[in-house]
Amino acid sequence: MRPRTQLLSGDLIGRILREAFELLMSPGVRVGSAEVVELLQAAGVEVTDGVARLPETLVRKSLASAPRDFYLYNRRGEKAVHYGGDDVHFDPGSCCVQMLDPETLEARPSETRDLVRIVQVAETLPQFAAQSTAVVCNDAPSLIGDLYRLLVVLQHSDKPVVTGSFSAAGLQGMIDLLVADSGSAEKLRREPRAVFDVCPSPPLNWSEFGSHNLLDLAHAGVPAEIVAVPLAGGTAPVTLAGSVTQHAAEVLAGITLHQLAGAGSPVVWGGAPAIFDMRTGGAPMGAVETAMLNMACAEVGKHLGLPTHGYLVATDSKFVDAQAGAESARSAMLGALAGINMISGAGMIESLACHSVEKLVMDAEWIASAQRLARGIEVRGDDVSGASLATAMFAQTGLSGEFLKLKETRALFRQEQYLPSAVIDRSARGSEPPTDIFARARTRVDELASAYRKPSLAEDVLRKFQAIVEREADRAGVVAELPGN
Amino acid sequence: MPDELFLAMRQSIIDGVPDRARELAQQWLADGVDPLEAVNFGFAVGIKFAGDQFGCGEMFLPDLLASAEAMKAAIKVLEPEMLKRGSQREALGKIVLGTARGDIHDIGKNLVATILSASGFQIFDLGTSVTPEAFVAKVKEVDADIVGVSALLTTTMAGQKAVIEALDRNGLRPRVKAIIGGAAVSSKWAAEIGADGFSRNAIDALELAKNLMGKGTASA
Repeated sequence: MRPRTQLLSGDLIGRILREAFELLMSPGVRVGSAEVVELLQAAGVEVTDGVARLPETLVRKSLASAPRDFYLYNRRGEKAVHYGGDDVHFDPGSCCVQMLDPETLEARPSETRDLVRIVQVAETLPQFAAQSTAVVCNDAPSLIGDLYRLLVVLQHSDKPVVTGSFSAAGLQGMIDLLVADSGSAEKLRREPRAVFDVCPSPPLNWSEFGSHNLLDLAHAGVPAEIVAVPLAGGTAPVTLAGSVTQHAAEVLAGITLHQLAGAGSPVVWGGAPAIFDMRTGGAPMGAVETAMLNMACAEVGKHLGLPTHGYLVATDSKFVDAQAGAESARSAMLGALAGINMISGAGMIESLACHSVEKLVMDAEWIASAQRLARGIEVRGDDVSGASLATAMFAQTGLSGEFLKLKETRALFRQEQYLPSAVIDRSARGSEPPTDIFARARTRVDELASAYRKPSLAEDVLRKFQAIVEREADRAGVVAELPGN
Repeated sequence: MPDELFLAMRQSIIDGVPDRARELAQQWLADGVDPLEAVNFGFAVGIKFAGDQFGCGEMFLPDLLASAEAMKAAIKVLEPEMLKRGSQREALGKIVLGTARGDIHDIGKNLVATILSASGFQIFDLGTSVTPEAFVAKVKEVDADIVGVSALLTTTMAGQKAVIEALDRNGLRPRVKAIIGGAAVSSKWAAEIGADGFSRNAIDALELAKNLMGKGTASA
């Protein structure tokens, strides 16, 4: 039995969806692009003063055409991430502008070298099924910053990528990079390497940028991950149930636009919902209610049979400290128990403003523990011990207690126990003074970065990358080169 | 009894009840007394108390917002009479506010506008996703003292820098002070882009603005 959490009753999910459909008609959804308005009007939707009223029948039709599941592929063409069912994957959080300096413990603007280091570490850790365009490279021209980030990740990783563009115009260059990497647009459509986060603006607003991205992704057949970000009490109803309802309406509207543009194109019921902190006005990502919102929103998406995403494993602390550990470990567990297909956020501190690669390796431990928990307690060893939980082993040991010698122990302990890295201290006190988790994480980062091997990309792919970067830099009126090696 | 009335005025602001504040302001005017007294000894004491309570964690943003709304309701009633008598509250300063280009998240900015306005600043709110040029034009038009640029997203924080650069290019600084705010904004970022200050919340923003105008509690 796979352990599962459930925060919403079937009745409550029904009520959430009923009210979400009501919201889509009144007050409706603001849409910011003429192209989207045309698309909606062609589908018979009433759009007045930039506000669309989406009838339930149309939304239901879009839900019916959205795929139940899909895969992301690695560079070798292998299925690496399954968006669907209760499969749970993790990727590092994305889009920080700052990096925690492990020497000074201060946040400084993130640069290419930071993104490279995050990618190197995430590449070696099996806990991360996908990479993300984790930080903004402040040393690169900001007008092509989104393209540049993806390029750095593609150069340094074979894993799938969770990414996103910073503008309506920026998306095409990024898709072109992926096409160059895959070999053809058709191959990219068939075996997508990346998923793009696309965000509505709360409440109920699909801006020109966001809605254009949805349309372009649907046309290209590249998966879109709708990341709705209601802040309970700030930009959404203060009640968790009310915010889940708004989230549902925002994602339903996004799916409708997306499927109208390209029926059958893969789309994810995602989000980064949070509560609104009534003291600071911030979005506390480490709050338990934020985790509850993510879990509940995913429950609604699962009820509709869609792939899901959430934003967890982050902290509001400014350091890699006890608060960071507690908040991140807790939400990793809850996200895994909720069966969220892709959980973004690892490595992030300071309410998503700053990244720490040391935290990333610490979070990898919580993630592995969460994945272990999600596997539950299984009956195994029938092949080794016969159909017995304990009696067959006792038949061998009697009362001697010598379980360590049993073949069952050797055969099964790796499946039964997650064996943590040296980041987790379980050692007996020795002659050396004990270290804290941050010091151990720093050592681990160095070890992983040393063990990392950069993938070798074909010359013609690199030439295509170069041409795309030059073209996009020209378009943006900036000078840019391929990131150094 | 004015003392009791002053206490009721303070309480209406602390409780955040605009209808009650409006009613008390109307009552004061009916008695024909200088409206400035009602502000200084009644309503303004309430908003100061609310700010202090927020600062020490006893009141929260929804409470503070309600207090500011009550303050605005009272001032709206008293203002015409103050104008008539020439006893208008001295404006603490003129502030141009907006969110950075590309950022449509205005909840923090609106809160700052409400609190600063309730506290006596004259606010020119340019709304969301404001270009550096629009900030500069408004600053020139109203002869502003302070420009406040808000950015929620880490990706739009660069827009704050662009506004400061535009103010510099137009020779408006250091006369005009530039302040920034937003969830991801830090003192370090403020220093890096040459801002004159940053604040974590609306009450900090009030203190910051007062200090920049040489009217803060710290400099008083």
